[in-house]
Amino acid sequence: MPAKDKNNGINGSDRAPLSQRRFKMPEIRDEKDLGAKVKITIDDHDLEVPFGTTILEAARTLSIKIPTLCHHEDLCVAGVCRICVVEIEGQRTLQAACAYPVTGPLKISTYSPKVRKARRHNLDLMLKHHYGECYSCVRNNNCELQSLAKEYGVDFYRFGHDDKPHHEVDRSSYSVVRDMNKCILCRRCVRTCIDLQEVGVLEAVNRGPHTEIATFNDMPLGDVVCINCGQCINRCPVGALRAKDPSDEIWAAIDDPKKHVIIQTAPSPRAAIGECFGLPPGTSVTRQLNTALRRAGFDKVFDTNFTADLTIMEEATELLIRLKKALVDKDKTVKLPQFTSCSPGWVKFCEHFYPEFTDYLSSCKSPQQMFGALLKTWYAEKAKIDPKDIVTVALMPCSAKKYECNRPEMTSSGFKDVDYGLTSRELAQMIMETGLDLPNLPASDFDDPVGEASGAGLIFGATGGVMEAALRTAVEVVTGIKTEDIFKNLDITPVRGFEGVRYYEIPIPKTAAVPELLQKSLGVKTFDFLKGATLKVAVAHGTANARKVMENIKAGGKFAEAHFVEFMACPGGCLGGGGQPIPTSPEIREARAKAIYAEDAGLELRKSHENKHVVDLYKEFLKDGPCGHQSHHLLHTHYLKRGKRIV
Amino acid sequence: MTRRKTDLVLFSELTVEKALKRALGRERAELIGEIRDSGLKGRGGAGFPTGTKWNLAGAAQGERKFVVCNADEGEPGTFKDRVLLTEYAEHLFGGMVLAAYCIGAGEGIVYLRGEYEYLMRGLKETLASMRERHLLGKDCAGKKGFEFDIHIHLGAGAYVCGEETALIESLEGHRGEPRNRPPFPVTTGYLGCPTAVNNVETFITALHIVEKGAAWFKKFGTSKSTGTKLFSVSGDCARPGVYEFPMGITVANLLKEVGGEEAKAVQVGGASGRCVARHEFGSTIAFEDVSTGGSIIVFGPTRNMLQVAKNFMEFFAEESCGQCTPCRYGTETLLEGIKLLEQKKCPMKYLRELVSLGETMQIASKCGLGQSAPNAFISILQNFKHEILAHPQGE
Ligand SMILES: Cc1cc2nc3c(=O)[nH]c(=O)nc-3n(C[C@H](O)[C@H](O)[C@H](O)COP(=O)(O)O)c2cc1C
Ligand code: SF4
Ligand code: SF4
Ligand code: SF4
Ligand code: SF4
Ligand code: FES
Repeated sequence: MPAKDKNNGINGSDRAPLSQRRFKMPEIRDEKDLGAKVKITIDDHDLEVPFGTTILEAARTLSIKIPTLCHHEDLCVAGVCRICVVEIEGQRTLQAACAYPVTGPLKISTYSPKVRKARRHNLDLMLKHHYGECYSCVRNNNCELQSLAKEYGVDFYRFGHDDKPHHEVDRSSYSVVRDMNKCILCRRCVRTCIDLQEVGVLEAVNRGPHTEIATFNDMPLGDVVCINCGQCINRCPVGALRAKDPSDEIWAAIDDPKKHVIIQTAPSPRAAIGECFGLPPGTSVTRQLNTALRRAGFDKVFDTNFTADLTIMEEATELLIRLKKALVDKDKTVKLPQFTSCSPGWVKFCEHFYPEFTDYLSSCKSPQQMFGALLKTWYAEKAKIDPKDIVTVALMPCSAKKYECNRPEMTSSGFKDVDYGLTSRELAQMIMETGLDLPNLPASDFDDPVGEASGAGLIFGATGGVMEAALRTAVEVVTGIKTEDIFKNLDITPVRGFEGVRYYEIPIPKTAAVPELLQKSLGVKTFDFLKGATLKVAVAHGTANARKVMENIKAGGKFAEAHFVEFMACPGGCLGGGGQPIPTSPEIREARAKAIYAEDAGLELRKSHENKHVVDLYKEFLKDGPCGHQSHHLLHTHYLKRGKRIV
Repeated sequence: MTRRKTDLVLFSELTVEKALKRALGRERAELIGEIRDSGLKGRGGAGFPTGTKWNLAGAAQGERKFVVCNADEGEPGTFKDRVLLTEYAEHLFGGMVLAAYCIGAGEGIVYLRGEYEYLMRGLKETLASMRERHLLGKDCAGKKGFEFDIHIHLGAGAYVCGEETALIESLEGHRGEPRNRPPFPVTTGYLGCPTAVNNVETFITALHIVEKGAAWFKKFGTSKSTGTKLFSVSGDCARPGVYEFPMGITVANLLKEVGGEEAKAVQVGGASGRCVARHEFGSTIAFEDVSTGGSIIVFGPTRNMLQVAKNFMEFFAEESCGQCTPCRYGTETLLEGIKLLEQKKCPMKYLRELVSLGETMQIASKCGLGQSAPNAFISILQNFKHEILAHPQGE
């Protein structure tokens, strides 16, 4: 299906050069070629493939392995590493299997002498300038170059090997560390940043052997418009890109008896971290992980879903307030649609590229940051611990969370609200260091006082999840009809799925009284002002898709009419975050999403406003309800109109 | 500089206006057929049959189509397009109108080598004058309903931008890097539209052919390489310059014409071509034998051939776009090898490995640049083994 239809009738700019982009194939212009099959032979196996299939795809259907490096399922074809070359009978040159479309009968050999020699030469040339040692490399044992060196029996460096680094390691960013000494110039990061994310901070510069991947003007990554999404890390075949690892500091805190070390775990890492321990994608290990974390030495293990529920209360209330101001008070300055703000990559994207829209962002902090602020205030008080002795760690699927917790605004507790953002990969490493066998550990629950959380918080991990969670609450509160009576099994399927942009309208047939908890913030007693209205919502994931929606809003298109838009920086939402296990692919993300939705479906509690811990928190601590005074202080934030400025 | 006008084909008499008006009175298919019959192959180096290219571009579906003239002339030792651009601009534009009519294009672009900026004024004046005479624009050359115009795009000095798909990337405002082929420009070219990219000389030759007939053209050259070709001759000879010779001329005869009989070797086809040694001077210059885009560099008896190889390899290491592994690091590795040879520190075993690497580059590189980069090195090594390995190489 053309991308146009997938994205709900809107298309952004295609910014990547054609040489590095999209086409699988000369477009099929001839009617007779449509659906046509072509007979080919690969290594003496005969098969028929649809016109336009690449040799690589064809070989995979036969389980013939052709090595790849620059190819990635999420990205357009590049055809630059040349490791995938194959020999085609009658052609003088070898062809890149990843980039060669089958349009006529071919006889292909995937490991002829010429092919093997060429691959070995390619590897030798890459290794010539690859400076790094596997045992001190974050990608040891999960590196595509290392695997190939083994598969092709590299036993010496035919054309030499750099013995000193030629680049300084760039540690300027809070999230991403760039070690270009290990870069093999596959440009997966470039295509990720330009094509998939449409941020475009990475590009190839210079020519010939001087070619390198650089930022604008070769500035440190911390000083350019990088949104810290880490998608480039997830697609780098080697250890040239990695997240900034805080595990040494976390171990030090754990080992310090004076420190009370708390970890909150987000749903996406729990559905993915098993992959680092050999489990198939989509195996949720939430409760085994609780045990592992306690044994590793964390003093408390909390569920981020608790503050996800809290986020829904705050964010849905904020939306209702905006709607009321617009409809009842006829306030022209109200900004609608309201944008979600729980994806720090998206927030920074908005600040850089759409600074004129930062007022549209919900002022709610992300669940991670809400939790941090509460831990060092409410929890400290409750547990009678001096907040200065509390160390808060957040297990997140995300590299941008590392940046987020370092934003100077994120200190409303009087301390750094969240001390460390830890990714799934880094936690897996920490657990391995303890020798704990995660998949086979006994299950255990989260710690009180916030033990149980709702399935609404859980599905935050998938694209559309925040929207669904918000709707489960908002629809019920506004109409007084149980959400499950409108949406079967409480599954709001129209906002689920992986299409880049989704749009959905929900009519509001009747309205109810405003619950007491919200009355103070809203200043009205009924939702009559919404009677007969239609709630319009949209979902976008991956910032390239976010850009499409934003351009549509700017141009006054249909998305400008929406009331609430969920934006996630990462393709697939948090489950595809830049801190998740490597590799990533559409299938892997789908499996993780399935695990999350299955877990939600199995829960009793699936609506945020029914979470009694949240209700209690408002009662005993936040006092004047969602978006009230105390909430504003601890749970809300503000944004910077950055533009291309780096603040 | 000598300019030998032999008035065979390219420099023969032709009135562009008359030729165009006559040609555009004929059917497209007939014109393409004429070009096909003539056996004309691209003059830019690769030698793809021009009639076939135009036929494919003509058959391709597209709302817009383009004719692009490759005037990037970056191959070391080539300057024949410069002469054509200076003296035969109207012929070139006429050839582009012809191509546009044949494939159904509405827009033409000349991609002009950055260093030729000084020609821009003259070219624009020619375009203006042709517009005035209705040889461009609406109802072009008297053909009702046929509209075509040309603009000039200045390159920025990268050799690789002469490769047609890198040229198109550059036209689109991207880094000049070759694309994956297929798809080819004839179906998916500039802005994704069907595009015919041809060399300056190809366009002009095509115009002569439709005016004077395929049979006339085939009188020159060999059966597989018909017609004549322009040669840019430089180096150690008495009369360097631009020459027109029939295809199939022997290297020896060519040397006689230019006063280079003393030569110990001739580089045919520029840096990406082949180094022909004395004992091979009987070979012919034609697509089926020693092929060339027109560059002939003559090396006298005292030239150090290793230096020649080094010079070429430095050029490629510099000009590689850096996209694909074999070319990016292969050119560098071969250059380092040449330097080792120079210092007499290249063991035979390593030298064999380098030749083997060169062979890999020839078949595994993404574009013609990397594929031809080792040619000079390999052929010089083959032909001048004794000179280069005269001294022991250690180990
Ligand atoms: C590295 C490289 C450089 C090239 N430079 C030129 C050039 O300067 N001029 C040119 O006409 N063709 C050049 N070519 C050939 C073009 O890719 C293409 O084949 C040609 O423009 C097609 O026109 P023709 O069929 O009329 O020869 C180059 C090819 C390569 C691989
Ligand atoms: S990137 Fe891969 S090959 Fe390089 S040091 Fe790391 S693990 Fe080893
Ligand atoms: S983290 Fe995201 S924005 Fe930053 S360079 Fe990587 S892909 Fe681009
Ligand atoms: S940093 Fe990684 S993804 Fe980017 S080009 Fe280098 S090896 Fe490829
Ligand atoms: S062969 Fe050389 S010039 Fe051609 S694509 Fe590869 S690196 Fe670029
Ligand atoms: S995987 Fe095909 S060229 Fe890199």
